[in-house]
Amino acid sequence: MRAFVVAVFGFLYLPIALVVLFSFNAGQHASEFTGFSVQWYGKALSNPFLVEALKNSLFIATTSALLAAVCGTGAALGLQRVGARTRALFDALLGAAIVVPGVVIGISTLVALVQLFAVLNPFLASLWPTDQPPRLALGYGSIIAAHGLFSMALVTMIVGTRLGSLDRNLVEASSDLYATPLTTFRSIVLPQIMPAVIAGFLLAFTFSFDDFIIAFFVAGAQTTLPIYVFASIRRGVTPEINAIATIVLAASVLLVLLAQWLLGRRKPSP
Amino acid sequence: MRQGSNSVQISAVGGQLPADAQAAFSMRGSLLRKNLLTVLLLAPATLWLVVFLVLPFVAIVIFSVGERAPEGGYQAALTLAQYANLPARATAFWNTMVLAPVGALACLLVAYPVAYYLALRAPQRWRLILLALIVIPFWTSLLMRTYAWMYILGGRGVPALLAYVGIEDLRLINTPGAVLLGIVYGYLPLMILPIYVSLERLDRRLLEASADLGATPLSTFLGVTLRLSLPGVTTGFSLVMILLLGEYLIPTLLGGGKVFFIGNALVDLFLQSRNWPFGSAIAITLVLVSVVVLIVANRISTRLSGARRVDLI
Repeated sequence: MRAFVVAVFGFLYLPIALVVLFSFNAGQHASEFTGFSVQWYGKALSNPFLVEALKNSLFIATTSALLAAVCGTGAALGLQRVGARTRALFDALLGAAIVVPGVVIGISTLVALVQLFAVLNPFLASLWPTDQPPRLALGYGSIIAAHGLFSMALVTMIVGTRLGSLDRNLVEASSDLYATPLTTFRSIVLPQIMPAVIAGFLLAFTFSFDDFIIAFFVAGAQTTLPIYVFASIRRGVTPEINAIATIVLAASVLLVLLAQWLLGRRKPSP
Repeated sequence: MRQGSNSVQISAVGGQLPADAQAAFSMRGSLLRKNLLTVLLLAPATLWLVVFLVLPFVAIVIFSVGERAPEGGYQAALTLAQYANLPARATAFWNTMVLAPVGALACLLVAYPVAYYLALRAPQRWRLILLALIVIPFWTSLLMRTYAWMYILGGRGVPALLAYVGIEDLRLINTPGAVLLGIVYGYLPLMILPIYVSLERLDRRLLEASADLGATPLSTFLGVTLRLSLPGVTTGFSLVMILLLGEYLIPTLLGGGKVFFIGNALVDLFLQSRNWPFGSAIAITLVLVSVVVLIVANRISTRLSGARRVDLI
């Protein structure tokens, strides 16, 4: 059994290792490693389209993860204060936001937004004082919103779990000592849930940064890094893509490790 | 693929703050202020869920009973013609409905021994590290990981190596086999985690009891371990299967357009041929199939845990 498990770990990591290895290949081909070189990184980072896509992805991932962290934490706190029925409804919707395949989230958001914009744009134009009213269209906003849906559900669940295991004695002690609810929240609850909030933010960032399929539908004229990479892969596999893949993989691994460390850390003792 | 990940957590959520903690949250607030705060806390998330989950779903339901406008897009109508037309994409449905369960099963066969080893056999100090090594690929880009296999199976990868040893013209990429491999590779972590969770919770004393009562290791495994881990197996299987139903990247990159999934049909209908009503009907069908899978899985889990209770008495 041990041998089988080792083989499975090999199966999980060898392909990634090969991509990383060949991103440093001086030659072109996957069949031979002709020498060490960082030329593909240079090529990738001097490609203006790629750098643009990378910037877009960073912006979208940061914004949607921030929004998700704030709204998700708020929702997790709010859910502690409502009845069982509201909670169950909320949990069902959050579960749906997480489980529904990305392709369905993508197309339904696309369909709904296009219809919504078709109604809102003439309305905006009629209200706008000048001749050039703003036109709502697919782009940053729609990607951020669609990613935020999954991410917010994720943060709500992670923070909710942490709230569920909150040390009640501390909260009790705090109110016994005449702390105001706000003080109790700031000095007892917030420090305890903060690791979960940050971990949620990091996982949300990773999700958004890596997502291809949702963005593919709602990106409009914008490009994100996965969309750009997907398009280049379809044109042909090049070592340049290995370099990008290595950067993206390394970034995700770092963020996930950080999130795991935060979630696994013992609660700070008071 | 990320989506499923947290289902493990879904089941973990559910603890409510103790009443006294709740009181501390909002102590001395009037009832009105208390409610206002709750509303303010929940409002952004509610708005988000309604505008970007509920409304879009309603929209595709409406679209699915509409007609395609001559220039593409949607034209209002009330017809079931789109649903009647579903057989036009029979190949995509067939491929998906065959490869999704087969892929989930293949995942399960690889995942179970790994989960078993992690939960019951791995040395304590290695367990968390190994678990992290399972979780990490799950959170790294599926696109990049699928690309890795494209690189390996492509003409300049393994086939070129095989050509050195005399095996010529072996085609690996753009075959159903490659898609299946990609599926197992992509969804393995998602299958391992719920099984691990159910095995980890398993009461070790039951294993000892079974052995003490003279059961062979095999019958202990079948009668106790496997039996008690079946809820985890069901969760993993249904999650992987649901996400596979909507898979697009793996069949596109490793199947090369030859192994066409429902996800490919949806991309084609929404982004290329712009037949939105038909695409919506397919999407609704996909959601319905997913719901059926979930309900069946839920039934099985309930029955299993019911059976477990009886067994334990």
